[in-house]
Order: sequence, then structure tokens, then C-alpha cells
Amino acid sequence: MTAQTGTTGSSTGPVTPSPVTAPGRLDTGSSRGAGDGGSPGRVGSARRREGRAAWILAIPFCLLFLAFTAWPVIQSLFMSITDTKAKDLRHPFSVNIVGLDNFTKALSDPIFRKAAANTAYFVLVGVPLTLVLALAAAVALDKGITRFRAVFRLGFYMPVITSIVAVAVVWRFLLQDPGGLINTVLGWFGITGPNWLGDPNWSMPALIMMAAWRNFGTAMIIFLAGLQAVPAELHEAAAIDGANAWKRFRHVTMPLLRPTLLFVLVTTSIGYLQVFEEPFVMTKGGPLNSTITVSYNTYQQFGFGNYGLASAMSYLIFVVIAIVTALQFRLLRERT
Amino acid sequence: MSVDTAPRPTTRAPGPKAARTGSGMVGSSQGSRWWLYVILTVALLAVIAPFVWMVLGSFKGEGELRQVPPTWLPDNPSLDNYTQLFSKLNFGQFFTNSIVVAVVVTAGNLVFCSMLGYALAMLDFRGKKAIFIAVMGTLMIPGVVTFVPLFVLVANAGLIDTLPGLFLPFLVSPFGVFLMRQFILGLPRDLLDAGRVDGAGELRIFWKIILPLCGPALATLGILTFLGSWNNFLWPLVVAQSEDKYTLPVALALYSTGQNSTNYGLLLAGATVVIIPILIVFLIFQKRFIEGIATTGLK
Repeated sequence: MTAQTGTTGSSTGPVTPSPVTAPGRLDTGSSRGAGDGGSPGRVGSARRREGRAAWILAIPFCLLFLAFTAWPVIQSLFMSITDTKAKDLRHPFSVNIVGLDNFTKALSDPIFRKAAANTAYFVLVGVPLTLVLALAAAVALDKGITRFRAVFRLGFYMPVITSIVAVAVVWRFLLQDPGGLINTVLGWFGITGPNWLGDPNWSMPALIMMAAWRNFGTAMIIFLAGLQAVPAELHEAAAIDGANAWKRFRHVTMPLLRPTLLFVLVTTSIGYLQVFEEPFVMTKGGPLNSTITVSYNTYQQFGFGNYGLASAMSYLIFVVIAIVTALQFRLLRERT
Repeated sequence: MSVDTAPRPTTRAPGPKAARTGSGMVGSSQGSRWWLYVILTVALLAVIAPFVWMVLGSFKGEGELRQVPPTWLPDNPSLDNYTQLFSKLNFGQFFTNSIVVAVVVTAGNLVFCSMLGYALAMLDFRGKKAIFIAVMGTLMIPGVVTFVPLFVLVANAGLIDTLPGLFLPFLVSPFGVFLMRQFILGLPRDLLDAGRVDGAGELRIFWKIILPLCGPALATLGILTFLGSWNNFLWPLVVAQSEDKYTLPVALALYSTGQNSTNYGLLLAGATVVIIPILIVFLIFQKRFIEGIATTGLK
């Protein structure tokens, strides 16, 4: 959501108001359009009326936005350089400025480092897995089949809308060993499944598997929309030139899909970098901290009452998100 | 499982396809792709299996749920888990809380975001650009950043453990403004001028002329907001501290990690109660839902 909406917003932003504002500002008092006519005074009062109405419409949003979004953003930056604790809630002026201590404290904490490594693991394996599944499903639904397309699309999308908490509760049963559905199915093929959530080597793969299952539907829908923009004629021309299906996918579909891919990559990465509910419900960060993530660790510090430290950690997540997003834009834009 | 389906779909039929040039015919003839249907069907079953198992499991007794290997159909289906859920564990209250919060949050977003969206799209006023930049700038900021100070703010306002504490911070969203503004930009400006010529007041024009035309955008925003609120977890987890303020995900998460964590049937019934209502809403509105995702890219 964020990345694309941001760019679209700024690209259309300056365009729209200009036809309205520019002439109005150049000759204030005279008529607004070319042939509107009307006395200068009437137009002036009409503009004032318009401005007043606009502010009446804007005020409720702006108040709520200032209180619950803008102020907390600024406040959290401030809090991250103080030693604010839960007990300071009632005495906001008793906190001390500690500079970057919270950041260095977080970065030198072995548990936070473990959490950062786990989050990186989750993102680096989970995002490609999710995108490959989504792209495979989208291509199959777009070009491969002609019937029941809506049924498959609906089914694949279903996990997306469900509560992560509820899904995590169900998956905890599916992943049980022995007796879980997943290991039972693996057993049909002679595979002895691991003790997924009990084994530090398998707990993170289990969470990744669940995240891919739950999230590939969103990416699939966006890929499908992108694929529909690929003209069929291009495929036919390439086929006549003797390109096989893989080559056509690689050299016709993929280049045209690049903007969609960028968008899906960025939004999925942003979501996965904040992974929280899965470890909360399924593993509590265990076993042996093998599934503790940065968001989960931040929540823990918040729970211990270390508000300053938790704010610093949340800003670290934000910085990483910003860097990763910028990098992805760079990498995928360059070649277009 | 479906990883390797991507390159394959068209490998089978390069010859016939090149010959057939109708633009809708790229997907070759039916029947020749039966294997793809098989793969997709297996994938579909794998994707929905957890839901099926959850619903079936919620009618099973404890003994059956601990059986190895697991069963699909319940031996003696019963509603015991559900009666316990609503009598002993107060899930009726959690359900009501979830509904109230989601409805208020959705209503707030529909009203406030469309108001500002309209002002930004069609009206000219001082400070317009500043508002636009501020709102769009926060679209990028992840929720975890505002979380701690928001908690402090709500705590200082005495709203911890109250329903307003649960919904107030979510009454407006930058995304909602963006969606509404983009949609209203696409409406003809003549509507505004026509309304003025007819002598309608500015607010009346918004309410009577513009808003009725915003149906599709309002529907998308409404569905996505309701869904987001229903599934929201972290905020209600810290704000709802006494049981009668829990929302469904909070109750389920706390029970599943607390003393009831070994009562499998109860947890499955709880998960069903969280998932099924939203699934029904989804099935009713699925077309709009999916269009909304494709155009906005929001989950």
C-alpha cells in the first residue's frame, strides 16, 4: 500500500490544484475562470465560503489525525532518546534525555540481535516464497485455465482475510508432532515430519510456511491485475518467432510485470519486517528464542515498562523498512 | 507445490497456439490442460484444508482431537464447545465488542475520510497542500512506531480499558483519505458548479451530490476498514485489560496461550467464531473486495 500510494499521491498532487489555484492567485478579485463573469466582490466571498466549507470538512479529520497519528510520531522520536519508563506515565517531566543510549543498548543486546537475525530470516525466505507462489498461481489462473477461474481465485485469497490470531491457533494444531495434520500427510509419503514448533531449527520455517500460505493471495490478485495488462499480441508474436513458454514468460511477461513486482515486493517486505502475531500466538518467541522477532521483542520491552527503549527499537524497524524500500526501488527501477 | 507450474502452462502447446490468433484464445483448448486443473485443485484443497479441519474440529470432543492419526469427520458431532464458549467464556461479550469497535471505526473512516478527501480533491483552501503532504507522509510509517506514545496518550486520557480507547485512535486513516481523494478527483467538476448555480450550500453539495456518487470507493474503504478492525490485535491486546473489554482476537490469543491452552475443542470453536463471520461477509462482497485489492493494493 504505502509505497505506491505515496508516489501516486505526489505525482498527481501538484497537478490537480494548479488549474484552480494558479489563475485565482494571479489576479485575486477578478473572475476565476476565463468566462465566468460576475463582480469581484461576489467571487471573493464565494471563495471565502469555499474555504470555510473546506475547513469544516477537514477539521474532524485533522484533529483526530493530529492527536492520534502526527503527535505520536513526534512523541516517539522524543521518547526514543529518553529513559521513559512505565512509572513515568504520571510524571512526564521526570524523564531524562539519554541521547542515543537506547539505540546502542538495543543494538548491543544479544536478544535484540537474535531477533534482528530471525526477522531477516523470515523476510529473506518468506518474501521470495510468497511471491513465487503468488506469481505461479497468477500465471496459471491467467493463461493456463479457462474454467473455474473465479473459484480458484476466491479459494486462494481466502486465508488473507482471516485473523492471524485465529489462523495461528489452528496452525498450532496442524503443526503438532505427532498427530498434527501436516505430519500425518507427510507420513503418507514416507516422510517423518519434524517437531515443527518444538525444534529450534524448524520453528521459523513453520512460521514462514504459515505466513506464505496466509499472504500469497494478496500478491496473486495484484499480479493477476498486472498480467491482464500484458497484451496477448506480444505473446503471439514471440511464439511465432519460436520463443517457448519459459522464454516468453522471462522476456515478455516479466519485463512488463516489473512495476507490479516492485509494488508487491515492497508491500510484502514491509509487512513481513513487522511480523508479530505469528510468534506471539504460536511460539512466544521460542523455542530457545528461535522465533523471537524485532516487533515481538519491542512488545516485550514495552511490557517490561521500558518505553524509551521500545520506542528506539520501533524506530530501528522504521529505518530498516525505509532502507529496504529505497533499495528495492533502486534495484528494480534501474533496469526499466 | 504450485511453484513449478509457472513456466509450464504453455509448454505443451506452442504449435497450435501460434496458429490460433484470437486474442482470447491464448489459454489453449480445454482438456489439454487437465493436469493443470489437477495441480490447482490439489493446491486449493491444501489452502482451504486448515479451515475445513478447524470447523470440523470445533464439533469434536477432547478425546477425538488428541487421537493419532487425526480424524476428519467428527465421530459424535456436538455443540458442546460452542455452548461452553458462550456460557463459560463470555464469547458473546467479545463478539459484541468486536462488532461495536469495527462498526464505529468503519463509520468514522467513511465519514471523516470522505469529507477531507472531497475538500482535497475539489475545493481550494489555505493549508490544503500542508494537509496533503502531512497525511501522505504518514502513509509510510509503520504502526509499531506510534504504538508506545499512543498508549501513553490514551493512558493519560484515562481511556485504557474502555471501548473509546479501542476505537478512537483508528477513526481516521491516511489511506482512507488517499482512496477517497483519488476517487473524487475522477468525478466531473461540473457537478460542483451546477450545484452552486442551483444555490446549494457547499456542505449540501458534498452531502447531496458528491457523496451519493462515491458508492464504489466507500464500499471498498468500508470493507477494508471493517476487516482491518475485526482482525486488529496488538492495540486491543494492550488497551483491553479487563475481560469485558476484550475483542475476539484478544480473547482467543490469551486463552490459547493461557490456562485454557490445552482445551483444543474450545480453541477451535473460538477460532471458528473469529473467522466465519468475516468469511461470510467476504463471500457476499467478494467481487468488490477483490477489485478493491487489485486497485488499491491493500491487504
